[in-house]
Amino acid sequence: MTVRTAELLMALLMAAFSGYLMIKSAELPYGWIPDEGPGGGAWPFWLSAIMLICCGAMLVNWVRGTSAPSMSRERFFQPGVLRDSGSVAVALFLTIGVFEGLTLGGVPVLPALGAYVGIFLFMVFYVGILGRHSFMTTALFSIIVPVATFMFFELALKIILPKGMTEPFFLPIFKYFGLAGL
Amino acid sequence: MTEIFGLLMDGFGVALQPLNLALIVFGCAAGLFIGAMPGLGSVNGVAILLPLTYLVPPTGAIIFLAALYYGAMYGGAISSIMLGIPGASTAVATTFDGRPLAKKGLADKALTAAAVASFVGGTISVILFTLAAPPLAHVALVFGDPEEFALMMLAFATFVGLGGDDIAKTIFSICIGLVLAAVGFDTVSGEPRLVFFDITNFMDGIKFLVLAIGIYGIGEMLWTIEENRRAGGVSQLSEATVTWKRTVANIRGLLATWKTMLMGSVLGYFVGILPAAGATPGSLMAYGFAKQMSKEPDSFGKGNVEGVVAPEAANNAASTGSMLPMLTLGIPGSPTTAILLGGMVLWGLEPGPRLFTEQPEFVWGLIASLYAANVVALILNVAFIPLFIWVLKLPFTLLAPVIFVLCLVGGYAPNQSMYDVWLMLLFGVVGYLMRKLDYPLAPAVLAVVLGPLAERALRQSLLISGGEVSIFFTRAYSGPIMVVAIILLLLPLGLMLRRRLRGVQADSQ
Repeated sequence: MTVRTAELLMALLMAAFSGYLMIKSAELPYGWIPDEGPGGGAWPFWLSAIMLICCGAMLVNWVRGTSAPSMSRERFFQPGVLRDSGSVAVALFLTIGVFEGLTLGGVPVLPALGAYVGIFLFMVFYVGILGRHSFMTTALFSIIVPVATFMFFELALKIILPKGMTEPFFLPIFKYFGLAGL
Repeated sequence: MTEIFGLLMDGFGVALQPLNLALIVFGCAAGLFIGAMPGLGSVNGVAILLPLTYLVPPTGAIIFLAALYYGAMYGGAISSIMLGIPGASTAVATTFDGRPLAKKGLADKALTAAAVASFVGGTISVILFTLAAPPLAHVALVFGDPEEFALMMLAFATFVGLGGDDIAKTIFSICIGLVLAAVGFDTVSGEPRLVFFDITNFMDGIKFLVLAIGIYGIGEMLWTIEENRRAGGVSQLSEATVTWKRTVANIRGLLATWKTMLMGSVLGYFVGILPAAGATPGSLMAYGFAKQMSKEPDSFGKGNVEGVVAPEAANNAASTGSMLPMLTLGIPGSPTTAILLGGMVLWGLEPGPRLFTEQPEFVWGLIASLYAANVVALILNVAFIPLFIWVLKLPFTLLAPVIFVLCLVGGYAPNQSMYDVWLMLLFGVVGYLMRKLDYPLAPAVLAVVLGPLAERALRQSLLISGGEVSIFFTRAYSGPIMVVAIILLLLPLGLMLRRRLRGVQADSQ
């Protein structure tokens, strides 16, 4: 896909989103209500309308080739970029998915392994596979980062992260630190 | 004047409390570290680390983040000079002469010049800030809803008129930010609004922090991964010989550049106040000015130390300048201050001129901390230059996953909701793709923060006037502000027409 094609697709996508926003805003009155002023939908409705006009302008620029991306015939993702940025985005998706588990359309897709297992696996992927660091470095980072996260967020800030099926393993730790009530 | 001095002294009483002083040191160090990392700047650091500030009271939190903001401005120069890659966009101009100096084996001279100029820029601008803030806040006390709305229009108009980005994309970015801020409940009627796909989580609204971490954390990191691949790891780290003797001699040599430092500081400060301008254009302008002022303009770009001094003084001054409208008017002067402003709301403060009378400890503690942060950042920077150079040697594949984890947990922490984390990933990926297509994202972040305030101000104003838009133009303060805003909005159109007209004239000749 060239940058020019991506520019067109993004403008169309954003135009569709603007249209959707206008429809959703119109669920509330978007005109003038006597003694109350503008209706609750007026602000987002008219702003979404401006967004739609902007998308129209982007499409005109695209047709005329007057903006830099609309003139570029370069590849949108240079070779290797999709492998790097794309795989990281997918890894983030999977990591977040295992925090509390993921169900799509009633079908369980990812198990609830909890935040710490998720972070551990993410570190193994990034440092070990993507970064190609040694086994020792990978092991060190994959263990230190979740442990430090636990100590800072749970023990110091008292912010409880989702633990999914690993919850029982944490109870003795909380008890040890006198935080059984958390 | 004596009153200001007294309040400032009270502020020092707050800023120099052991906890706050420790936060300044820690914030400066974190900022230097983040600033030194290629690709990441103050805005990323402030967005990613804001959730960590729940541990301390609001005054400590803002002191920490402001110190980080400063530290990042100092740190940005390090990779500009040592690698030739700007540590942050605000340090782009520093590469022009910083890198040639490093190649000549004078990296320590450039690094010292950057640190000292940052200190001078920071300090001069804080003094200007201290003198300007109380009177401005005093004037702003009489501002009502129409003035508030006019000011916000002016903030957005600067992006359109002065931002230099694609106009349609800039306006789109502003509007999408404002609309995303409207998700949740309509505050007037109490009815749910924009509940996308009837997912009830949207009733809680979209938190600015989720958008900020998404765009400036995840999106920016994805972008940096791509940039690193494009660079192919070819950049070479320069060697720096750092000794006390050389450092003292370098500092002495900088005395001759005082005029450039002063120019950079004042210019940076005033450019920083404008929401669309800020530290990056401020430092580029200062560089251009320094070159024009110089007796040897040809030496610029080849390793003239004034080419390092001017942008570095300007970017630090701009960061202080951008805090002026944030603190006195409740309108942020940069994306970083937009996030700071959002943080203030999270901590339960109401930004705006009333802060000066209602929360003097917070305001003056912050102002005093800026003086202290400058001193701390200078000392840390000069003393630990070798340490920050070491930072540049750390492989990105070790730092990046840690930052991603911080983003995930930081996005979850404020509301402890997985919905926020999913939204953050979505904003990160979409933001990254939009950035690849030259959509400016800073206006969207600013708009998300200002959205609820702008809507309320507009609705209240129209209610007062019975629907007459003229209310914005007939009042003493809002009228002129609105006129300037409209001129800025129409500026690109005017320039385009002029170009066309010239084109027609040229054709007819």
